[in-house]
Amino acid sequence: MPQLDITTFTAQIFWLVVTFVVLYLVLARRLLPRIGEVIESRAKRIAEDIEQAEKLKAESEAAIKTYEAALAGARANAQTVIGEAKAAATAESAKALAALEARLDADASAAEARIRAARERAKDELASVAGEAASAIAKRLIGVDARSDAVAAVVAAELKRT
Amino acid sequence: MGLFISSAQAAENHSPLEQFEIRRLVPLDVGGVDVSFTNSSLWMIVVLAAITFFLSVAVQRQALVPGRLQLTAEMAYQFIANMVRDNAGSAGRPYFPFIFTLFIFILFANIQGLIPYSFTVTSHIIVTFSMALVVFVGVTIIGVVRHGARFLTLFVPSGVPIALAPLLVVIELISYLVRPITLAVRLFANMTAGHILLKVFGGFVVSLGGFYVIPGIAPLAVTVALYGLELIVAFLQAYVFAVLSCLYLNDALHLHH
Repeated sequence: MPQLDITTFTAQIFWLVVTFVVLYLVLARRLLPRIGEVIESRAKRIAEDIEQAEKLKAESEAAIKTYEAALAGARANAQTVIGEAKAAATAESAKALAALEARLDADASAAEARIRAARERAKDELASVAGEAASAIAKRLIGVDARSDAVAAVVAAELKRT
Repeated sequence: MGLFISSAQAAENHSPLEQFEIRRLVPLDVGGVDVSFTNSSLWMIVVLAAITFFLSVAVQRQALVPGRLQLTAEMAYQFIANMVRDNAGSAGRPYFPFIFTLFIFILFANIQGLIPYSFTVTSHIIVTFSMALVVFVGVTIIGVVRHGARFLTLFVPSGVPIALAPLLVVIELISYLVRPITLAVRLFANMTAGHILLKVFGGFVVSLGGFYVIPGIAPLAVTVALYGLELIVAFLQAYVFAVLSCLYLNDALHLHH
């Protein structure tokens, strides 16, 4: 087995030490730090970007909050304006309604008074017509010329009974 | 062509162990110690160059949104960083470059060993043992420096009857000392066995008449399946080596079992 040939050992050890030490120095001094640098700078960059993104997110959230507050204020404002307008309109319409009612009431009572007067007048006219008719009927049937005031009294009494 | 070579000759030329042979490409000698540049050294340098090239290109642009290569490098980085953090805690952070080097070196060595005609650096026990020994010695030094004499409590399991303690201390000590050997043998054996299997089944394809003949298809299919398995093993063994190093490091850093 060539591996057990001790005469080759010193040469192998020598060249292993040389190549291994050179490789170690190249890696430890130059290449590994550079790889580490890249990885670190990338991690830092990502962390920074995330931080930036979080800051922007917080900012936008604050902006949304102020916008929402403004919106809520405007909405409340509009609500009060609407309420006031509604109240004013209600008062106005109530006043108009009241005036209309008063006028209608006045009209109705005036009309009632007129109707009452007309009825009185009709009653009086009915009494005189009935008296005249009773006098004429009495004269034609029994030839009595009744006194007009007596007839009127009787008619009035009869009308009052009915 | 293979038909004209006798089977004995073929077996000799295509021994499954031939691929592990160390060939001196440039013989070198420093103070009587052989430090020849061998095919193993060549492939170690290929691994070194491949890793350096791959990671250099990957981090060249340092893009915020990574491309495929950069993403792969970052995934490897985070994979090992998480492994160190999960297994050794934040105190293991300074040793991350070492664990990463260990992992990526073994991973690339294992994977490039699967390229036909290449050489698998990690299939040699001396290589894996050297790395395991560095981990073992390093971890022991870290433990002693951090905890001084209290480091020895690592070998006394908590809540054990006094009568049993000596026996358990011996067992713990042996299991501690055997760590570099198991660590080294696990990687070496996996690589060696895998490559021998690939070679053997690859040899079957040829001896059964090549992959364009019906009988050769079965071993070829096995070779393909084994190759996929070996890719998994290549990653898995690099991972296991790194994870165990982290666990040993954790023992030295925190002492508790």
